[in-house]
Amino acid sequence: MPVIGTIFYVFLAIVAIGTALGMLLNRNAIYCALFLVLNFATIAVLYLALGAPFIAFTQITVYAGAIMILFLFVIALLGTEMLSAGEPIKGHRLLAIGAALIFVVELVLFFIVRNQVTGPVQAIGSDFGSPKNIGVLMFTEYLLPVEIVAFILLSATIGAIMLTKPDRKLFQKMTRPRD
Amino acid sequence: MPLSYFLGISIVMFTIGVLGVLLRRNALVILMSLELMFNSANLLFVAYANYHQILTGQIMVFFVMAVAAAEVGIGLALLVAIFRVKKSIDIDQMSSLKG
Repeated sequence: MPVIGTIFYVFLAIVAIGTALGMLLNRNAIYCALFLVLNFATIAVLYLALGAPFIAFTQITVYAGAIMILFLFVIALLGTEMLSAGEPIKGHRLLAIGAALIFVVELVLFFIVRNQVTGPVQAIGSDFGSPKNIGVLMFTEYLLPVEIVAFILLSATIGAIMLTKPDRKLFQKMTRPRD
Repeated sequence: MPLSYFLGISIVMFTIGVLGVLLRRNALVILMSLELMFNSANLLFVAYANYHQILTGQIMVFFVMAVAAAEVGIGLALLVAIFRVKKSIDIDQMSSLKG
C-alpha cells in the first residue's frame, strides 16, 4: 500500500474515534449530535473504501440525514441540552472506565488474537456491492425480511403517533370556544 | 488495509458507546450512544462481507438501519412522553419503579 493511502486510513481512524470520544465527553447534547453526524460520515467513507457504495449513501441519507435531524429536533423541542453536573453514585465513573478497559482487552483477545483473521481486505470489482446487485438479492432471496421490515416501520410509525398524542380531555378543554 | 484495522475501529467505537450508556445521564445522549454501537456493528458486517466476498452482510446492514430508524422513532416518542410528565430527561429521575 502506498504511503498516501496509509495516511488516509490513519486519518479516518483518528477522525472516527475522536468524534466518538467527543460525543462521549461533551456536556452539550447538541454538540454530541453534531459529533455523531461527523462520525457517521467518516464511517460512510470507510464503507466506500470497503466496496459498499449503496450502504455508504444509505448511511448518509438515513443516519446522518433522517435520524440525526430527528434527534436535533427533539433536543430543540425539549430544550434540555444541558443537565446539571454531578455524579449520582460514588466511584461510578472509575468503575465504568475499568469495565470498559476489560471489555476492550476481551474483544481484542477474541477477535484479533484468537480468530487470527488478519488477512488483508481484498480489492474488489466495482459491481460487487452495486445497488443493482443488492436490489436483485434483496427482492429475490430476502423478500420476506423486506416485507417484515416494512411492517416494523409501519408499526413504529403508529406507535410513535400514539405515544405522543396529546391528552384528549386536556386538548378539548384547551380548544373549546369560550361561551 | 488489513481486516484488523476495521476490527480495531469497530471495537473502540463499540466500547465508547457502552461507556456512553453507562456514564451519561441525558437520555437523549444514551440513545445516541446506542446509535454509535449499531454503527460499529454495521462496520463489522461490511468489513466481513468484503473479506468473505458475500453480499449478505451488506443486506443485513440495510435491515439493521431500518430497524434502528424504527427504534429511534419509538425511543424519541417515549422520551417526549416522559418529558411531559416529569419535566426532565435525566435518567436518574426515572425511578418510579424503585421500591
